[in-house]
This record gives sequence, structure tokens and C-alpha cells, in this order.
Amino acid sequence: MRDFYGTTLANGLMLGTAQYPSPAILADAFARSAASVATVSLRRESGRDRGGQDFWTLVQGLGVHILPNTAGCHSVKEAVTTAHMAREVFDTKWIKLEVIGEEDTLQPDVFGLVEAARILTEDGFQVFPYTTEDLVVADKLLQAGCEVLMPWGAPIGSGLGLNNIFGLRAMRAHFPDVPLVIDAGLGLPSQAAQAMEMGFDAVLLNTAVAKAGDPAAMAMAFAMAVSAGQLAHAADPMDPRDMATPSTPVLGKAFLE
Amino acid sequence: MKLLLNGEVIEAEAATLADLLEQVGFGGAKVATAVNGNFVAAAARAGHVLAQDDRIEVLAPMQGG
Repeated sequence: MRDFYGTTLANGLMLGTAQYPSPAILADAFARSAASVATVSLRRESGRDRGGQDFWTLVQGLGVHILPNTAGCHSVKEAVTTAHMAREVFDTKWIKLEVIGEEDTLQPDVFGLVEAARILTEDGFQVFPYTTEDLVVADKLLQAGCEVLMPWGAPIGSGLGLNNIFGLRAMRAHFPDVPLVIDAGLGLPSQAAQAMEMGFDAVLLNTAVAKAGDPAAMAMAFAMAVSAGQLAHAADPMDPRDMATPSTPVLGKAFLE
Repeated sequence: MKLLLNGEVIEAEAATLADLLEQVGFGGAKVATAVNGNFVAAAARAGHVLAQDDRIEVLAPMQGG
């Protein structure tokens, strides 16, 4: 597996921490899936209930790498400031950089994304940019200093899977040495397996697990799918073909007409 | 002095950002701060003098995807 800014992950499952029915179920989902990375965010804290402090204790207990995000940021300044705040709170250089450009699809503003990535990289961040499968944008992000790319599978929370197989395959082929993570849009373990079979290094998902009837079981299913897909890719899958070829030898077949 | 704390108008007599955090219950909490849209590092809070109508954001770890 390619490493992520020098960190080798135990597996290719990155799991979000939002929308679970309870903190206990969140912890169970991480325990049963053995996900290697947890994404987290920053939000306004109340001085009275201080709910963020309890969540921080919970996350620390997961024993995974922490990947803070800039979710909900629509401008470069907002994203950069949020990244600085996240670096201090979570004590990590890693930042999942989101600069949202469109409300219906939550599609990234790739122009703002490249600019924010450059600013943050120059400031010592290790940026995980939430991007599209656009090769030109991907190249600009690499030029800006990103060493990981995270193309979307489909719009965040949609569960549609890999919307543009051709584009994602082209991206994998175009950047053979860059760690690539499918971020967002996955709904089923089979879609995660498909991404890993294509040679992606990891998948990042949240809603598909958190909103499942049994989140912990679904997290485990995703972990198994990621593992299966990774193994299949390493095993060098056969090339598909249009016409049938018999798998049973024809030579030696009896003449029974 | 009138301040905007996490979107709510408050009255406080805090000289610095560090004083304000203590007064409103964030003492010792795992939070990050920004004033008027600019990040203020924890180490700089005690030296950050507040002014009338400052917009203060106090953010903490939360669930995220």
C-alpha cells in the first residue's frame, strides 16, 4: 500500500464519525471494522455543556489516526482558518481539505481548493484534498504540494457509488505513484471493493455506515470489502473481454451426437 | 463591552481572549479560537486584547465525515 505522508495505514478504511445513533455505536463500528483513520470536525462549543470535550475523549480512545476536515467551508479563507484551528486542537498536520462550491451536489470548488492547498502546504500542513476526478485539477493539487488526492465517488451522502468509472480509472492510471482515496458517495461495501479492485489505496465513508440499520455490522462489511478488493487488485485481475471463452478444456471432449 | 461569541451577543468585561474563555466556562477545555475571522493560537490568547464588537469563535472537536 502507498503511504500517506510517510504513514503506512493498517488498512484502507477511513471512517467518518458523524450521524451515528449513539457514541457507543460509533465506538463499536470502529472496533468491529478496525478502520485505520477517523475523520472529525470542529464546531462551535458551548461553555455550559462542553459536548465537544466528551467527543474528544471518545475519539482518542479509538486508537486510530485522526483526520480533521474543513467540512462546510465555502471560501479559501474559511478553510485555511479552520485548518489552523484543527491543527492546534487535534495536534496533527493532516487536514482533509474541503472547499465546497455548490450546495446541491456539495461539489468541491476546485479553484479555491488548489489555492487553499497551496497556502496550507506552504504552512507545513499535509493536505488530503477532497476533489473531483479531473486530471488537470489533480495535477494542480500535486503542484501545490499535495501528496495524496481524494476524488469523490459520488456526491457526499448520496450512496451512489462510483459515478464515473472511466474518470476514476484514468486518474488511477495517470498518477500511478500517488496515494488515491475515494472520498464520499459510497453506499455499499461492493462499491468499496470495486474502488480497491481498481487500485485505489483507501476509501473514506461515513453515511453508509452511520445510517445503516446496524452501523457496526455495516462497518465490518465495509472492512471486509476493502480487504477483499485490495487483495484482488494485488492478485492482478484478468482483463474483461466481449466474447466467451470456454473455461473447461475442449480438447478430449467426447463425441456424443 | 459587547462581544459576539459563537454568534450570540454577550456582555463581558474581559480584557483578553484568555480572560473571556475563563469567564464563559471554557477554562481548560480543548478548543480553538478565532477573532474576527482570524485564528488566534492558544499561546496567543493571553496577549490578545479584545475590543468592542469583536466576533469570537470558540470551536471544539465534533463529529465529522
